[in-house]
Amino acid sequence: MTSLPPPTAKKLGLVIDLDTCVGCHACAVACKEWNDDGDFGPLLDKEPYGKEPSGVWFNRVHSYAVEQDATHGASRELTVHFPRSCLHCETPDCVTVCPTGASYKRAEDGIVLVDADKCIGCQLCSWACPYGAREFSMERGTMQKCTLCVDRIYNETLDEEDRQPACVMACPTRARHFGDLGDENSAISKLVAERDGYALMPEYGYQPVNRYLPPRPRRDGCNATPETKVAHEEQLDREKLPGVLRWLDRALSR
Amino acid sequence: MRPTFSIILFTVLSGAGYGLLFLCGLGMAIDGLPANDSAPLLVGGLLVSVGLMASVGHLGKPMRAWRAFSQWRSSWLSREGIAALATYVPLVVLLSLWFPCRGNCVWLSLRIPACLLLAAGCVVTVFCTANIYACLKPIRAWNNAYTLPLYLLLGLYSGAMLLLTLDWPPVHSGAYDARMQWLWLATAIIIAPSCALLKWRYWQWLDTRAVTPDAGSATGLDRIGSVQSFEQPHTEENYLTHEMGFVLARKHSRRLRRIAFWLILLAPLAVFALGWLIGWPAAWLALALGMTGIFVERWLFFAEAKHAVMAYYGR
Repeated sequence: MTSLPPPTAKKLGLVIDLDTCVGCHACAVACKEWNDDGDFGPLLDKEPYGKEPSGVWFNRVHSYAVEQDATHGASRELTVHFPRSCLHCETPDCVTVCPTGASYKRAEDGIVLVDADKCIGCQLCSWACPYGAREFSMERGTMQKCTLCVDRIYNETLDEEDRQPACVMACPTRARHFGDLGDENSAISKLVAERDGYALMPEYGYQPVNRYLPPRPRRDGCNATPETKVAHEEQLDREKLPGVLRWLDRALSR
Repeated sequence: MRPTFSIILFTVLSGAGYGLLFLCGLGMAIDGLPANDSAPLLVGGLLVSVGLMASVGHLGKPMRAWRAFSQWRSSWLSREGIAALATYVPLVVLLSLWFPCRGNCVWLSLRIPACLLLAAGCVVTVFCTANIYACLKPIRAWNNAYTLPLYLLLGLYSGAMLLLTLDWPPVHSGAYDARMQWLWLATAIIIAPSCALLKWRYWQWLDTRAVTPDAGSATGLDRIGSVQSFEQPHTEENYLTHEMGFVLARKHSRRLRRIAFWLILLAPLAVFALGWLIGWPAAWLALALGMTGIFVERWLFFAEAKHAVMAYYGR
């Protein structure tokens, strides 16, 4: 059934920290490896060792140069690595446009999946997604997409700490977090609130579940918005310093 | 978007077929066409069938196409499939009436309802086809108020051109005479400028008002500064860049737009001008010109369209 389920209480998703992501592509590779063998695999490649290899990946890591304008402190260029994957939207058109019921959103946890046995490969869902979350497998003739590692996160044969998406497990800088974004008190929801996490392209009205955490303001004020701008002049209360340091401060201040 | 040949064939041929069948249905209902005039019905049915087969050929798993009839509650593609199938019913009824009636002629009373159902089915099917594309929000070139009227008008236009060609020279007598010929020609001549001008308005809108996201708004990083993509996620093409990163059309769009505009506009007038001189071949010439115009228009419709995901690639 490609009609959307009623709004789900549980909204499993990812939070991606653009501050700490170093663009190493470990998430993408770990994802490819797990899902190639997973319940929804394989992720077949065309000419994997040939001249023009191509194939399905659920995770693509872009790199951007962000040049700040004068209003945001000193003009400086930031490098921001940007992993892009399915956002498991609450009201996505990729589900409703599907003519066969292959594309569906789970009522119990909000994960968006493709039933490969029903997919006719019309590719309409990939056209309906502005986030590029879906890739068509020329080899299989069906659409494939991020499963949020549904075959890991509920997998009781794995240790409890391993029941997380492969991309989250692999991230060496802990830039990826997994949890229930429908629960205000979950660690991941608190992280989003604390760091002003945002949704991508909300104007499409698909209500993405995943959130992105913007790069933190730099110490030199670069990348700060007026609200988060760090004061340049630090205050030092001389009287509270121990005697030796007070003398050192006086000596150095001359 | 990559202009896949099977999809262009599907929309052009099924549009023309449904346009022709729509005019047949209406024409036969008002006795504008003789009831035994089965050639347009057969040609219309053939065009529609070839178009639908082409769309099935585009699928990754064509043998599963039957599954597409299930999700009519939410999917325009599913609705289109059902409407297309349902439209075959009055078509088959009308074609069967072609056989001479012996004894119980109760079937003949089905003629008028079948004509009207055929016309209605054609409109509904093309309406659904247009909405398959018009409902896709990430493709601004399709997701707008021009798509639906243009699909309906261009279908009607190609239907009128076909009918004009198939029934030229006037072969019928009695209820049908050469005056009907003038009706179809007048229809085509009236619709042609509507199609061409609406399409021109659409292109103007596409160039000036259709806003698509850029790397800054797509990543949300425009809150920090101006965003430039400096490294792609992959060195080779992937499905997305192959399917949605088609640039060629936008390079040549000016010239192609002019070609489509003038061909669509002038084709029926060519019958008017040349019909006096060379007779019925003028209709075939006009049909060829008009359909070429529609093929170019449809190629541009797909090829010029920009998909929002390309913003992540900075394209």
